[in-house]
Amino acid sequence: MSFINYTSREINCKLVYYGPGLCGKTTNLQYIYDKTKQEAKGKMISLATETERTLFFDFLPLSLGEIRGFKTRFHLYTVPGQVFYDASRKLILKGVDGVVFVADSQVERMEANIESLENLRTNLSEHGYNLDELPYVVQYNKRDLPNAAPIEELKETCNPTSVPDFEAVAVTGQGVFDTLKALAKLVIQELRKGK
Amino acid sequence: MPGPGMVMYEDEFHKITQILERLVKDANAKVVFLVDKNGQLIAEEGETQELDSTSLASLTAGNIAATGGLAKLLGEKEFSILFHEGERDNLHISIVGMRVILVVIFDNRSSLGLVRLRVKKASEELAAIFDELMRKAEAESSGSEGASPFAEITDDDIDNLFSE
Repeated sequence: MSFINYTSREINCKLVYYGPGLCGKTTNLQYIYDKTKQEAKGKMISLATETERTLFFDFLPLSLGEIRGFKTRFHLYTVPGQVFYDASRKLILKGVDGVVFVADSQVERMEANIESLENLRTNLSEHGYNLDELPYVVQYNKRDLPNAAPIEELKETCNPTSVPDFEAVAVTGQGVFDTLKALAKLVIQELRKGK
Repeated sequence: MPGPGMVMYEDEFHKITQILERLVKDANAKVVFLVDKNGQLIAEEGETQELDSTSLASLTAGNIAATGGLAKLLGEKEFSILFHEGERDNLHISIVGMRVILVVIFDNRSSLGLVRLRVKKASEELAAIFDELMRKAEAESSGSEGASPFAEITDDDIDNLFSE
């Protein structure tokens, strides 16, 4: 649910990075934070455990510039990926405008990917959303690892609906901005429809 | 899909800031701000210069969401008031009209009792304004297609956002 403020001429949108534990959601945000100009970003907040596992969410506000005289702001959130944090994960999806599903390319994480994707659908539907009607992109992360599954296999399991998808290595930044831009575009296109 | 996103018009925004301004004075508060449940900052009043209100807004919404989750587990509809006491500053967080979150930051120049009293009155006024806003937004979105100011956004406009 975007927030349009005619007084301050601002559009605010909420994007959520979803995916199994340790797939690189926080790393995506960290890279975006590191590479974004000071004036375009706010503080990045990580509610994490002592071992740097996300406990509740990461939050990064970005302002992208103006569109038709409106400042566009994107609020980026990650969810905690670990299975037992499901209650928290559900809360973050409230009011979401667009979703990135970050899949872990490693063969042995395939089941975790599938489980997380199913969990995403379930949790969205509890808020009354349908993933197929939301701006939504998929990122295959960790492409640099030797045990990464072939891309065709990943597409089949993690992107059955063939939404825009991207190969990435979030630690080096490969594919990170492509993913973000693609989703931001879809979200703005959705605004254009006047929803 | 859930209803349309929140839209804020000048008239209502003006009324809201007036209420918040008055609340800052009446409650002897340092800062008052209003956040929607998704974490977007709606308005702020008071000594906001040194405050990272964007972060505060998102954390407040997270806090309310987590508390709401707790409430549900206990079979409550919601916990409508949260209070955090600090050494210097205190936070009073309340839900207005089940839709938005009103946050009051105050120090020892005020008291919890005073804040609660003033918040109650301001909440009623704010709830009425947000009811009005929702009605307006729904009317707009069910109106003609061209009503959206973003209907004319071109692909170039979108691409320009990303040109560096």
